[in-house]
Amino acid sequence: MATQTPTPVSTAADAVEPAAGRLPRWAPWACFAGAAAVAAGLELLGDFNIALFVVYAVVLGTLALYLASRVTEGRRKATDRLVTAVVTSAFGIAMVPLVALVWEVVGRGIVRFDGEFFGSSLVGIIGEGGGAYHAIFGTLIITALTTLISVPIGLMTAIYLVEYARGRLKRAITFFVDVMTGIPSIVAGLFAYALFVLFFGPGVRLGIMGAVALSVLMIPVVVRSAEEVLKLVPNELREAAYALGVPKWRTIVKVVIPTAIAGLGTGVTLAIARVVGETAPLLVTVGITNATNFDPFDGRMATLPVYAYYQLTQPGVPPEYAIDRAWTAALLLIMLVMGLNVVARLISRFFAPKTGR
Amino acid sequence: MTATRTPSPPGPTRPVRRLGDRVFAGSARGAGILILVILAGVAAFLVAEAVPAITAPAEEIPGGEGLTAYIAPLVFGTLLAALIALVVATPLAVAIALFITHFAPRRLAQGLGYLVDLLAAIPSIVYGFWGISWLAPKMVPFYRWLEDNLGFIPFFAGPTSATGRTMLTAGLVLAIMILPIISAISREVFLQVPTLHKEAALALGATRWEMIKMAVIPYGKSGIIGGSMLGLGRALGETLAVTLVLSVSGGITFNLISSGNPATIAANIALQFPESTGIAVNTLIASGLALFVITLVVNMLARWIVNRRADFSGAN
Repeated sequence: MATQTPTPVSTAADAVEPAAGRLPRWAPWACFAGAAAVAAGLELLGDFNIALFVVYAVVLGTLALYLASRVTEGRRKATDRLVTAVVTSAFGIAMVPLVALVWEVVGRGIVRFDGEFFGSSLVGIIGEGGGAYHAIFGTLIITALTTLISVPIGLMTAIYLVEYARGRLKRAITFFVDVMTGIPSIVAGLFAYALFVLFFGPGVRLGIMGAVALSVLMIPVVVRSAEEVLKLVPNELREAAYALGVPKWRTIVKVVIPTAIAGLGTGVTLAIARVVGETAPLLVTVGITNATNFDPFDGRMATLPVYAYYQLTQPGVPPEYAIDRAWTAALLLIMLVMGLNVVARLISRFFAPKTGR
Repeated sequence: MTATRTPSPPGPTRPVRRLGDRVFAGSARGAGILILVILAGVAAFLVAEAVPAITAPAEEIPGGEGLTAYIAPLVFGTLLAALIALVVATPLAVAIALFITHFAPRRLAQGLGYLVDLLAAIPSIVYGFWGISWLAPKMVPFYRWLEDNLGFIPFFAGPTSATGRTMLTAGLVLAIMILPIISAISREVFLQVPTLHKEAALALGATRWEMIKMAVIPYGKSGIIGGSMLGLGRALGETLAVTLVLSVSGGITFNLISSGNPATIAANIALQFPESTGIAVNTLIASGLALFVITLVVNMLARWIVNRRADFSGAN
């Protein structure tokens, strides 16, 4: 990042010489520690509630710091400190759902995170046992198909936008790719359904329909990321190739793409991560089944997100076993998506060209 | 920045047109055009499948009162949930963007940004799971408090839902989901504020907040607006999180904390589609078409606002 780095924080502090006094460096810590003590006291009077405790401590600490600063440093500096506290708390608030979500999903999903979950399908399973073998393979097959459809189209479009296009068509494609990123996932599913209904009649459910629906969501992501990366390839490389008499298409294939390959890999991996957890389009196009089906051109398939959805909403009797399976599927989904994100970052770190961007 | 084509040689010598070049250029162009075709296809096929519902007599539509009566509460629910999400998420996202770009220690900033981006990576359905089992029960005491103390406001009239699966909870889950989008775009514009503007403000004796108020926010305003509209577009179309979290019972109501809530378009499709046949499917596709049009308008508006700033590269 950062051809433009934000001004160093120290500049801001040095530039503002307070008119009156200045709070010592430890003052904020002291304020918040005091507030935490008061909050703990308040909480001990009633039931101890960790959430309320944190809220009290932060609010009281902020107030104390504001008042202290107001008295010693004046109004402007006090507002500055208030904003700092508010902005930092905002970041803290955003972390609450992240931590709570990961904690909850790991805690409940780990129960059935065993060999049977990975090794068996739901055929003949009532109640205990069973797994998501069929759903895991369904997700892998459909995601692979989606990648197979999206990457060539997305990559070629990005090449067209960066290397060839100009004028109206370029502007139109850029704009509509942006608009396409905003298509709701369920609408992409309905599109695939509406398309296949024309050929196969109402009520059709096929794995390939899911792949088509997901492609609608994945293509724009691939285009955007590939476009950004191809733009970063230095023009000198292209000009050097042209000067040697290399045709343009060979320049792109042999010079531009190899230079950008790390970024392209990152972009594609992130795009896969974007679609692998999509539920809605698969819900309306692929449906669900209890048996293992490896053929995306023949009937319903199970996929991990849809599997999780049905196990939670229609658990059957007794419900607890299906609900456990649903949470494990959700855990697996999170691990898949986060794993893909990590892989993407590793690709960009280790395969990046040595240009010192 | 990057001139992407070879300068055409002056004089009469024309460049050789090789077969490989023509094939490659043609297929690249074809892929680009294919994208436009796909987008047009989405609209065309949705319209084709929606037409039977639009032309059908009113009593055949589920609910028996015609298409408009069927879709209206859904549109209302969609807009309401998205609006709650937007109101909650925008200030929070801007504050987070400010924190990461201007307040956090420089060394940590990128890592903290990555943490916020992780929120975007979590699949919609997992948010639904979490919303049902963690957030909704935790919100019930808060809703009780709202009902007791602010019950005179129609939003909080109650009676409080015992499960917490209310419109407000759904809106909050959506807010968390769109938070990373808005904050990513705000962050990007905040980083592009010219350093000279900021240094000028600081040199005049402004505190950090005054510098942000005078230099950063005015510069980044279009980015904030565009980003939050992109977030709105996302919130309008979010499906599974709402499907799971919201307990649906139809009807238009502004009551945010009771157990009777209108569904959203997307959630309704997800709930009804697997079991629907015949004209009901066409009705659902018609409602999907309405959603498509709404999000398309919101997104185009957002893109237009974001792209108006020529030097701003857009969302990624």
